[in-house]
Amino acid sequence: MMTHLTEDDLVLHYYGEMDAAAEARATAHLGECGECHGSYSRLQRVMALVDSVPAADAPEGFERVAWARLEAALPARRSGWLSWFVYSPARLGFAAIVLVLVTGAFFAGRLLSHAPSTTVATGATGAAPGGVRERILLVDLGDHLDRSQMMLVELVSADDADAVDISAERTRAVQLLAANRLYRETALRTGDTATAALLGDLERVLVDVAASPSTLTQGDLDEVRRRIDSNGLLFKVRVVSSDVRERQRAALKTQRIVS
Amino acid sequence: MPHTDATTVALARDGDCDAFRALMERHGRAVYRLAHRMTGSPQDAEDVVQETFLRAYRQLGRFESRANFSTWLHRIAVNCSIDLIRSRRHQETGHEAADLEHFEASAEDRVDHSPERLMLSTEVQERVTAAMAALSAMERAAFVLRHFEGQSIEDISRSLGLKTNAAKHSIFRAVRKMRLALEPFVET
Repeated sequence: MMTHLTEDDLVLHYYGEMDAAAEARATAHLGECGECHGSYSRLQRVMALVDSVPAADAPEGFERVAWARLEAALPARRSGWLSWFVYSPARLGFAAIVLVLVTGAFFAGRLLSHAPSTTVATGATGAAPGGVRERILLVDLGDHLDRSQMMLVELVSADDADAVDISAERTRAVQLLAANRLYRETALRTGDTATAALLGDLERVLVDVAASPSTLTQGDLDEVRRRIDSNGLLFKVRVVSSDVRERQRAALKTQRIVS
Repeated sequence: MPHTDATTVALARDGDCDAFRALMERHGRAVYRLAHRMTGSPQDAEDVVQETFLRAYRQLGRFESRANFSTWLHRIAVNCSIDLIRSRRHQETGHEAADLEHFEASAEDRVDHSPERLMLSTEVQERVTAAMAALSAMERAAFVLRHFEGQSIEDISRSLGLKTNAAKHSIFRAVRKMRLALEPFVET
């Protein structure tokens, strides 16, 4: 009789990953050895338990939200607001330059920051060589946060009614979504977790608004407001936006001193 | 009458955005389920869904109309999940002996459940879900690819960028953890 099968042998046998000779030996041994046979039976039962559990299903309304995110990110071959880029190579080129600058500025900001920057709210101490790029980033991010803030404020302060038209906010949310995703991914790549977290919170609300119908019932609008309020999003956006402006001013000052 | 996948793909390839949306609505949940299994996180699963459909959109021109769209999409989703897992590989903390001990300890706490009660699917589901959630990202990916996707260890090692032995050991460790967590419930 061969020596007992190890736990790993049983796994390889279970998945049919043994070579032919080892497989034949294992099968013969399992036929003879009650101990190994028992162990293999338990493995089979555990795997049967694993198989009995269905994969987690997507939440309700998943398709609507997923499409809102996807639509904002889809490249060419489509109609809608993206055609502004699609049908103009010059604009597409401009967008590419902005993308490179924004990404570069994020990296520069990370590399040149004196303090370990875990948040955009840390004081600005941009060193001179990265100053211009960091300022571009700050202006861009600041504008993005301001536009997002305005949209959130409009939703929060919209007049109560049976049917509330949010088509303008919805269009803006779709536009902001693409930029927001870019900023969030760049922040994640550069390890700026605090900014990434804020932009993640913002993105969820933007997705909700972008995926909403143009006209909301009072109940739906209250739900959107509740989501904005629940994690203090508006307040956080205000604070970070204001800090970004501070950093922008400080970066400009540093640039002037250096030049 | 609803369009078949082949017809809908043809429309989407011609730039029909609504057709692509229909494909997303038809297959999005299946992609989500796979991605959730692979990554273990709802948010990562959503990111994988988005990336999968973005890639699919870009590659629609290369999709052969005779092929099965769902299978093609599934393959893209597996690759997107793997890319996400590999990009986060450096962030993973080691799940070595300590967490196996934790598994043994927590498994001991559960042995007093009666078989009747354990067969109640919700409890079993919770246990299996918890056991899967406790796997490291690599163990989980290797296990899902081997167990649910039926890929060979050789293929898994290539997909995950691991040596064959490392892929094998990720699977062994995953199975060992699943056994430690679940065996008390299948004792006869």
